[in-house]
Amino acid sequence: MGTIVELSGVNKLYGTNHVVKDLNITVDEGEFLTLLGSSGCGKTTTLRMIAGFEEPTTGSIKVEGESIEEKEPFERNVNTVFQTYALFPHKTIFDNIAYGLKMKKVPKDEIRQRVLEMMDMVQLTGFENRYPSQLSGGQKQRVAIARALINRPRVLLLDEPLGALDLKLRKQMQLELKRLQKKLNITFIYVTHDQEEALTMSDRIAIMHDGVVDQLACPKDIYEHPATRFVATFIGETNIYDGCVTSITDGIATVTLENGAVRVKCDKSFSILEYATVSVRPENMRFDTKPHEGFELVAVVKDFIYVGSVLKCIVSLPNGNELKIERLSGQELPTIGSRIYPYWEPEDGVLIHNDSYKIFKALDEIKLA
Amino acid sequence: MMKKRSKHEFKSNTMPAMVTVGPVAILLLFLVVAPLIFVAVMSFCQTDEFYNVVYRFTAVNYGKLVSPDYLKIYAQSLLIAFVTTLICVLVGYPFAYVIARTKSKKKQLFYMLVIIPFWTNSLIRIYGWRTFLGNSGWLNKLLMTIGVVSEPVEFLYKTGTTVLGMVYCFIPFMVLPLYTAIEKLDDSLLEASSDLGAKPVKTLFEVILPLTASGIFSGCIMVFIPCLGYFFVSNILGGGNTDMIGNLIERQFKSANNWPLGAALSIILILVTLLLVKIYQKLGGDMDSLGV
Repeated sequence: MGTIVELSGVNKLYGTNHVVKDLNITVDEGEFLTLLGSSGCGKTTTLRMIAGFEEPTTGSIKVEGESIEEKEPFERNVNTVFQTYALFPHKTIFDNIAYGLKMKKVPKDEIRQRVLEMMDMVQLTGFENRYPSQLSGGQKQRVAIARALINRPRVLLLDEPLGALDLKLRKQMQLELKRLQKKLNITFIYVTHDQEEALTMSDRIAIMHDGVVDQLACPKDIYEHPATRFVATFIGETNIYDGCVTSITDGIATVTLENGAVRVKCDKSFSILEYATVSVRPENMRFDTKPHEGFELVAVVKDFIYVGSVLKCIVSLPNGNELKIERLSGQELPTIGSRIYPYWEPEDGVLIHNDSYKIFKALDEIKLA
Repeated sequence: MMKKRSKHEFKSNTMPAMVTVGPVAILLLFLVVAPLIFVAVMSFCQTDEFYNVVYRFTAVNYGKLVSPDYLKIYAQSLLIAFVTTLICVLVGYPFAYVIARTKSKKKQLFYMLVIIPFWTNSLIRIYGWRTFLGNSGWLNKLLMTIGVVSEPVEFLYKTGTTVLGMVYCFIPFMVLPLYTAIEKLDDSLLEASSDLGAKPVKTLFEVILPLTASGIFSGCIMVFIPCLGYFFVSNILGGGNTDMIGNLIERQFKSANNWPLGAALSIILILVTLLLVKIYQKLGGDMDSLGV
């Protein structure tokens, strides 16, 4: 598996608005890569630069090792599935799907055969002579995908393709898209703001925030080892504690928070007196009726929330911050108003650098100089 | 037993139809319907030896309409209207496209440049052209000053001049429906076309033109029809050499003083107009974009 798309040092400015900042991403052949982020994070702009609808202000974009930033969209071997589908309203479904092949001057017989084949693949057989306005949202979506895939692109770009569908249909289409991708072995670059969608479908996820990729990793790594505070809070639920690293022994750091000390595993990049963030997922939180060694947190149970398979327990710390503790239904839980001592296994917590890390590094450089 | 009033009727606080649409209906009745009936009646009347209208039935006016001289003018009118419409499309489309698609803040300004001349009487503007193009007009003076020609060029009283004046008068009627149609065009459709491998020319013929055809269509109707009846442009710039149907009608009512014949010509023009609008409607044209 080689690299198929390579973005290096890509920047995009609209006037003084810096929407994509120094982006470096490589996408492997046959990979399903998702650009995930909230609106305005630059994910769609990145996709549009690969498609050729926007030009990067600086930096290079390579597809199959060839620089394409000077090429017009119609000269690029990538195809796009648009958020609004962008089906031609004056053409039948057949003509919509055949459009790309017609532009390539493929013989009529072959077009016909390939379009019918593709319509069969996306389960649209029998719709050839309908117009887009006569189709439902899910059907239009299939046409948009078929219209792009029939060109056998090296890379398919999908811009929130399922955004306009209802939840049930969206779930179904997620699986179908994944199946198509595996079957055709085409590289997918997928833009979405839906984290669940990203976790379900992707081989790797690039989490974008303010024009920067905060983390690029597989879904499991992103969930279990968030690289930044933003990633930890953006993906799933988590408990976040900001504090100061006061000691490190055997790869376990003691971090002093406003409410007392806690322990968490850490790597060699952390140093004593650095301000850092601890993230612990609710399902990894534990509690005891007596203080646990190395943990000085005390909390009062405030509320329970029942969400089907699990029960969420909200506890309140002395400074007013709330923690979430998740338990499978039926497991033993404290009573409301009782005092508990929250803790976790140091391996279950993640220690994350925050902005003070940059200051520490800068100070080191000054010392070295 | 007394008839119960329905709940809806009782609570209804809409004003009776007479109060809301009544005044307009009466106005239209007096100013549009009545005169039209009058014209229709007039077209079947006779004249005495002093060309006074005599209210006695005859179809002789309609018989006169097929004389070779008239037929020549009909053909000429259709030709001028056709050429005018064609030039309006060719000039108006790129212009409308640019102002509709530009992201520049000057968009409103460009749009106003089309609209503002609309607010000035077209008769005055056509006289302006005459002053500009005349033998001692500005254009000739300029050409002689810079030495391109030694004596004035005869610009006026040619078919081309009439067409120029017509195009000038009617270009806003072409640009406005085109603008509306082009502005509605979704950017992502153009992007999709390019994404699927279509070069710009292909996108023009496969996507842009088909999707703005309704605008072209209504623009053509809005130029072609009034063009047939416009008489003052050919009067002023064509000097009577390029008569339109409108000139014939005007002449019957004024210098020739044959009102019944003029009325018959008017009826024919109205019928031609209705026919064209009907065809437009049949072909799926949007009546709203004609402003009717």
